[in-house]
Amino acid sequence: MRPLRRPVLAVLSGALALGGLTACTEKSDAKAGEDGAIGVTAADTTCDTTAKTAKAGKVTLAIANKGKRATEVEIVMPDGRIVSEKENIGPGVSYTLTAEVKAGSYEIACRPGMVGHGVRQKLTVSGKGSAAERDPRLDAAVSAYRDYAQDQADQTLPKVMVFTDAIRAGELDAAKKAYAPSRIGWERTEPVAESFGDIDPKTDTRADGLEKGQKWTGWHRLEKALFEDGKIGAEEKTLATRLDKDLKDWQRRVGRAVITPTSMANGAKDLLDEVATGKVTGEEERYSHTDLVDFKANVEGAEKAYTLLRAVAKTNDPDLVARLDTRFAALDKQLDAYRPSPDSYEFTSYDKVGEARRKKLSDGVNALAEPLSKLAAAVVGK
Amino acid sequence: MSADEQGAHGGPSRRNLLGWGGAGLVLGAGAATGTALALDDGDAKAAPAAAVPFHGAHQAGIATPVQDRLHFAAFDVTTSERADLVALLKEWTKAAARMTAGHAVGEGAFGADEAPPDDTGEAYGLSPARLTLTFGVGPSLFTRFGLEDRRPDALEELPAFPGDHLDKARGGGDLCVQACADDPQVAVHAIRNLARIGFGTVAIRWSQLGFGKTSSTTPGAETPRNLFGFKDGTHNIAGGETAALDQHVWVPEKDGPAWLAGGSYLVARRIRMNIEVWDRTSLREQEDVFGRTKRTGAPAGKLAEHDPVSPRAMLPTAHVRLARPAAHGGHRILRRGYSFTDGTDGLGRLDAGLFFLAYQRDPRTGFIPVQRELARHDALNEYIQHVGSALFAIPPGVRDAHDWWGRALFTAPAKD
Repeated sequence: MRPLRRPVLAVLSGALALGGLTACTEKSDAKAGEDGAIGVTAADTTCDTTAKTAKAGKVTLAIANKGKRATEVEIVMPDGRIVSEKENIGPGVSYTLTAEVKAGSYEIACRPGMVGHGVRQKLTVSGKGSAAERDPRLDAAVSAYRDYAQDQADQTLPKVMVFTDAIRAGELDAAKKAYAPSRIGWERTEPVAESFGDIDPKTDTRADGLEKGQKWTGWHRLEKALFEDGKIGAEEKTLATRLDKDLKDWQRRVGRAVITPTSMANGAKDLLDEVATGKVTGEEERYSHTDLVDFKANVEGAEKAYTLLRAVAKTNDPDLVARLDTRFAALDKQLDAYRPSPDSYEFTSYDKVGEARRKKLSDGVNALAEPLSKLAAAVVGK
Repeated sequence: MSADEQGAHGGPSRRNLLGWGGAGLVLGAGAATGTALALDDGDAKAAPAAAVPFHGAHQAGIATPVQDRLHFAAFDVTTSERADLVALLKEWTKAAARMTAGHAVGEGAFGADEAPPDDTGEAYGLSPARLTLTFGVGPSLFTRFGLEDRRPDALEELPAFPGDHLDKARGGGDLCVQACADDPQVAVHAIRNLARIGFGTVAIRWSQLGFGKTSSTTPGAETPRNLFGFKDGTHNIAGGETAALDQHVWVPEKDGPAWLAGGSYLVARRIRMNIEVWDRTSLREQEDVFGRTKRTGAPAGKLAEHDPVSPRAMLPTAHVRLARPAAHGGHRILRRGYSFTDGTDGLGRLDAGLFFLAYQRDPRTGFIPVQRELARHDALNEYIQHVGSALFAIPPGVRDAHDWWGRALFTAPAKD
């Protein structure tokens, strides 16, 4: 766990001022197309809208779910950030969503089943307040990263359920086996989760990260019960259910995280810093010794952010990109030596990794983290 | 050494077998060359704030006046690409030239908001503090990059000495950089920035901080004391002692290889002192062990520090007697050691001692024979232990802005 790092907003020149995006929702029975509202007809595979343009200011969506599944409708900025949303609109239900929107390019997204990228329509808002100039490649990168973060959360929940179900069933071995896999998606996108401030302390705090009076909950509390104490009691079962709940909260909020090109780049570096301070030392997974699984997931998450930003970074600093390509490959190769095959997440138990090899891993992390610290500047350009 | 004498110094113990290369070498050197004093001491008056020239025939940080503080670092090369290493050495040299002149690395300590600054910034606003950066290469470097045929015969890992208790994590290394400065922050800053520039190409293997220089290369300067409270470095080779430097410190062209001409060899030893034991040893015993008076530093039986040594006035196991150059064919070495303390160990004992640094023309006639003798017989062995060890070849000086550390080694024809 790391202290909350505030996402860098100011440096993204032309970022729409968040302060101007006050969103509100109100329940109404308004029909699609009435009162200047934009009609949105959501179904299981389609998302039809009655207008592609709107005037800046208050924009109203008159939503009707004609599909068979509950859906979610959002107004989305080009970088994937949600301006306003309504979740859980049941089949046959209508809803009116109102939001204050500045000039710029948006999408209206319907997400049947409330998962995935959804079906989208463009919406251009014009009028008072101009949409500042943005690099569409960076918007695309942020949008893709947001999808990645959402996917990781979506895929993590079922794996967490395997873990927590085993605890609730009192199956010690099954729970131990499911522990590390349940953390991979989280570890890949940890800076996003940490940006909320309140989720990480509930789910990923270690014993020494507790403040006085703070109750220890989350993965590592369960890790200790399973791997150190070797027992599952009533308390652990309660904590398992609590972990489910806290991670569902994470999954629900990922779409609203403030993500910018620089916060992506810094997030990638932060993931390496997590490795350097927690994983390489064996502190993170002190009971289960599954540090290398987290290590790999952190590197994968960093690599994902880097890959998405790579084209822009290459324009601004080709030498840096060449170096990062080499160093990512080198660290990946180094890690591969600790697992039976490149698609396995059965990594060597970290207590079996001696000091000399830990030093080499640490050197590998430093070798990558140093140039990675320059990615944000390369993304912003001169 | 008779059994009686051994008994007089506490009897045989494990510590009796341990070696010493520090203070005694300094004192011993003085014993043989006590007259080499009337020398150019111009450098001695250098203001502490001044910058030491980086370019020259020899690297700074050897014969230049000893500064107060040290940060020494040994690096492992982690790349297998020779071009990467060469690129790093060029970048290092550029950074070293800037830092020794008192400038920040690259574009400085303050740059674009989104990137970490090129320079870490903790030396911003400080004077150059006479910073010197001295670069060397270890024997292990030559087994890669096709350099095996350029490895000098003298550059071979030091032999095991009786009583050595070496920690691998405090010894060896493919490369080294010795940073000396009058301000510890300036020395630490230099190593920190070089390490950072080197990430991915080299990695720090071990490093050592030092304070309280234990020897001087300036004849006029006050002779420093080591942590045992004894004067040390009374007659070290002085910076202006050209003939002695040529004879004992600089590698001449005829010694070969060509890339090392004008360079030197550096022996680094971390010597732990059993401080608490020493401190409850009687003054008589302490003085007998060294063969010197504690107050003035005079050799046994003499009045003043610079008086010539009379071996016969000392015990056969006295440190000075065993270490003096006269007992080793007149060979001398130039010492630049520092005291160190890394706090206390888990038992509450001061983790302290001497970080011994010695420059010489050839370790086979310099450090090795002296240490062999000391490791066997020195009375001081009861109070010390050698825990870290490394040997490096120190290339000649960087000539100008186009030259770089190790250029001759990496660009010379395969056969010298």
